[in-house]
Amino acid sequence: MELTTFWFAVIAFLWTGYFVLEGFDFGVGMLVPVLSRSEAERKQVLGTIGPVWDGNEVWLITAVGAMFAAFPAWYAGLLSEFYLPVMLVLVGLIVRGVGLEWRGKVQHSSDRAWCDTGVLVGSALPAFLWGAVFADLLRNSATAALAGGVFSLSLCLLHGAVFVALKTTGPVRARARRAALIAAVVAVPSAVVVLSGIPASGGSAAGQSGAVWVWACALTSVAALAAGVALTWRGRDGWAFAATASSIVLASAALFGALWPAPFPGLTVAEAASGPYTLGVLTWIGLIALPFVLGYQAWSYWVFRKRLTAGAS
Amino acid sequence: MDALDLARWQFGITTVYHFLFVPLTIGLGVFVAGLQTAWHRTGKEHYLRLTKFFGKLFLINFAMGVVTGIVQEFQFGMNWSEYSIFVGDVFGAPLALEALLAFFLESTFIGLWIFGWDKLPKRVHLATIWIAVIGSNLSAYFILAANAWMKHPVGYEVVDGRARMTDLWAVLTNSTALAQVPHVIAGSFVVAGGFVLAVCGYNIMRERRAHPGETTPHGTHEAHGTRGTTSRALLPGGTGPARRDGAGIWRTPMRAALLMTAIAGALVAGTGDLSAKLLHEQQPMKLAAAEGLERDTAGAPFSPVPGVEVPMLLSFLATNDPNAVIQGTEDLQARFEKQFGPGDYRPNLPVVFWSFRVMIVFGLSTVGLSVLGLWLTRGRRRDPRPPREVPDWFARICLPALPLPPLAMIAGWLLSEVGRQPWTVQGELLTAASVSPGVSLTEVAVSLAVFTALYGALALAEVVLLVRYVKAGPEPTPVVPVPSPPSPRDSRDDDARLQPTLMY
Ligand code: HDD
Ligand code: HEM
Ligand code: HEM
Repeated sequence: MELTTFWFAVIAFLWTGYFVLEGFDFGVGMLVPVLSRSEAERKQVLGTIGPVWDGNEVWLITAVGAMFAAFPAWYAGLLSEFYLPVMLVLVGLIVRGVGLEWRGKVQHSSDRAWCDTGVLVGSALPAFLWGAVFADLLRNSATAALAGGVFSLSLCLLHGAVFVALKTTGPVRARARRAALIAAVVAVPSAVVVLSGIPASGGSAAGQSGAVWVWACALTSVAALAAGVALTWRGRDGWAFAATASSIVLASAALFGALWPAPFPGLTVAEAASGPYTLGVLTWIGLIALPFVLGYQAWSYWVFRKRLTAGAS
Repeated sequence: MDALDLARWQFGITTVYHFLFVPLTIGLGVFVAGLQTAWHRTGKEHYLRLTKFFGKLFLINFAMGVVTGIVQEFQFGMNWSEYSIFVGDVFGAPLALEALLAFFLESTFIGLWIFGWDKLPKRVHLATIWIAVIGSNLSAYFILAANAWMKHPVGYEVVDGRARMTDLWAVLTNSTALAQVPHVIAGSFVVAGGFVLAVCGYNIMRERRAHPGETTPHGTHEAHGTRGTTSRALLPGGTGPARRDGAGIWRTPMRAALLMTAIAGALVAGTGDLSAKLLHEQQPMKLAAAEGLERDTAGAPFSPVPGVEVPMLLSFLATNDPNAVIQGTEDLQARFEKQFGPGDYRPNLPVVFWSFRVMIVFGLSTVGLSVLGLWLTRGRRRDPRPPREVPDWFARICLPALPLPPLAMIAGWLLSEVGRQPWTVQGELLTAASVSPGVSLTEVAVSLAVFTALYGALALAEVVLLVRYVKAGPEPTPVVPVPSPPSPRDSRDDDARLQPTLMY
């Protein structure tokens, strides 16, 4: 594969990892008030992401860093074009991160409530805005942006609820299942609307948008989402999580497929790319480092694999 | 004010703010890892208590470093899109490497460390904190290599109005980076050392005030020596006998911090001198501005404060030759105009001049304090008497060791970044040509206002939190080790004083 194509795929991979992993983080952050009735349960819910959320966020940092290095003009164009939404994403990530880290360190319950608000708002903002930004990038319309935001927000809620169901026991788990089914009422229809729009978009990406495989990704993404809902209904938490995760992977594949070969209006991948030397050395370093990163992140999920009970300590 | 000015303010404010937390993360992380290693090797309870205590302060600060760092990465694209397009090929590479090689390590292993106390074997758990702090230090290296490239671009060529990297190794081993990395990292250890000194000094004073007469210098230490009271310290409650041991528990970290600060101080001075020599070759305008030297001068003097001059010292410091010619700002300006066309190539002279002095004086006074402290608390070889107590007055003068080094760091960055103006990339790209053309004044103004307000509020909250934990002191460890609770994740949410568990 030629290097610019390869790096476009790497960046798509990093964003996809980010959407899957921080997707459930965001969902969990937003669902705390819905899923928990007591402080013990709030800790139980947030405990599911406690050890991993920062590592998940680094997928975003790496995706953006890789864009900067491999496609500077794409990086610069995207971030300066969507200036205010990106700023709000950053504000969200700030209050969320601080809320998550400090909630265990503050001593008054009112301070804890502040932290919880930070986590809630800070999860909802990026969950909505990333969908809106990418939908707008693709279709260049406010309606599409709104639909994209609703889609990504509800998808995060569903994905997060399924994750909590997978990682907890007791009443929280039951509530999480119910929450997932309720989120599905919005997530599935909006998935149909948004995903069917991706391959049909003429937007910045005339090249691949009609391609068969982009259609296939979009369709199977909807199917996987529906399967996730059905599996949640049947109480198969693990499989349900695999299904919602696959749905996000496929939706993201459709998105980046449609963005190829012009990821930004008036800019092709070839024009945006760094020189072959830079791409070449980054490829070597990336190929050596990435297996280690994937390995130790997987290990950390393994260490914290047990379901959490409320009020355990 | 136009968008350029606001974008510069934005960058300056958010970056300085990020850098308030970064040095403490770098230095305190290693300190905590050292304490945990000491506990691991000696098995002494008070090392565990100290690990927990400083670990908590470390984590409160760490959160702020993380969230403010994300803004840094995005704002090159948001506010400086022309710059990003020009340099991305070269400058993006270390940034991407930083994320891939350093941030993943740091964030994943910090998560394992915080939540892994009773999930991981002791040895593996100790390794997680070391890996995380290695990640922090690595990240500093990559970002500083990127920053050094802006001052002294190497390993690239300009093709079609964009810099193209030709040699990554040259970028990563830029002489400027090799001087700057140890300078900043050692500076970070001065910051962390000063922080620990202030925390220890404060607590020693407080405990002596609460229990006057119990720990006079050279006094009752024999009766209440660290080892003798360790068992009493284990009583829950934290008052009475446990408190009396308190002054004892602070001596160890204080000595460690004194040593760390003194060693780091020597490194800071050495590498700073190296940086200044490089300035002479690579960034003569910055050096001239830092010295307030207007004309090319042979045997240039050094003026610590305006009006006082040490003859030939500047020439000697910059080149090792007391008679060397040092270029002055006005003569450089004339030469740059000839080379680059009309324009003002002088940075803001008073800012550069004064930040150089603030950096050196504020930073090195803390280092001086640490040398003094080492001498005051020195051990007595072949002497049966107990080790020297920390005198009251010394505990008190440790307090300024907290604010001074961070101020020195900020001043160092002002020297470095303001001194580089009007260039973002020395000799290649002007700041005025770096800014995002499509971003409006309103947009920058809104984001500047939002970040400033948010950062202000968070700074306040962090200070309140830190002060509360410093005052609470280390938790007493329980007499009987608590059985490991099934879910360690929740435990750090517990009230610090009510739950003397092994977790955060
Ligand atoms: C000398 C060190 C140094 C310097 C000059 C900078 N940083 Fe930083 N940065 C760190 C040292 C560091 C660190 C110590 O490694 C942090 C603090 C807390 C942490 O997690 O890592 C960090 C955090 C941090 C993060 C969050 C990482 C995470 O989520 O774990 C990002 C994205 C950046 N930084 C990016 C930047 C950029 C783009 C900078 C340039 C303007 C910058 N930093 C200056
Ligand atoms: C963390 C420590 C740093 C601090 C405190 C700092 C501080 C500053 C300040 C105060 C300015 C404004 C100067 C002026 O406008 O007169 C500035 C400019 C700038 N710095 Fe840094 N800087 C730091 C690190 C970095 C690093 C590591 C990079 C690159 C990786 C960087 C890139 C820039 C850029 C692109 C500008 C352009 C904006 C301008 O020139 O105004 N800085 N910095
Ligand atoms: C003998 C004392 C010192 C000397 C001679 C010295 C020298 C220098 C010089 C020449 C620079 C500018 C380098 C450049 O722009 O390329 C610099 C930058 C800096 N200094 Fe110092 N310094 C000293 C002490 C300190 C101390 C005590 C601290 C902090 C505790 C500190 C922190 C910094 C920082 C953060 C920078 C900006 C990063 C950089 O450019 O390296 N310095 N120093």
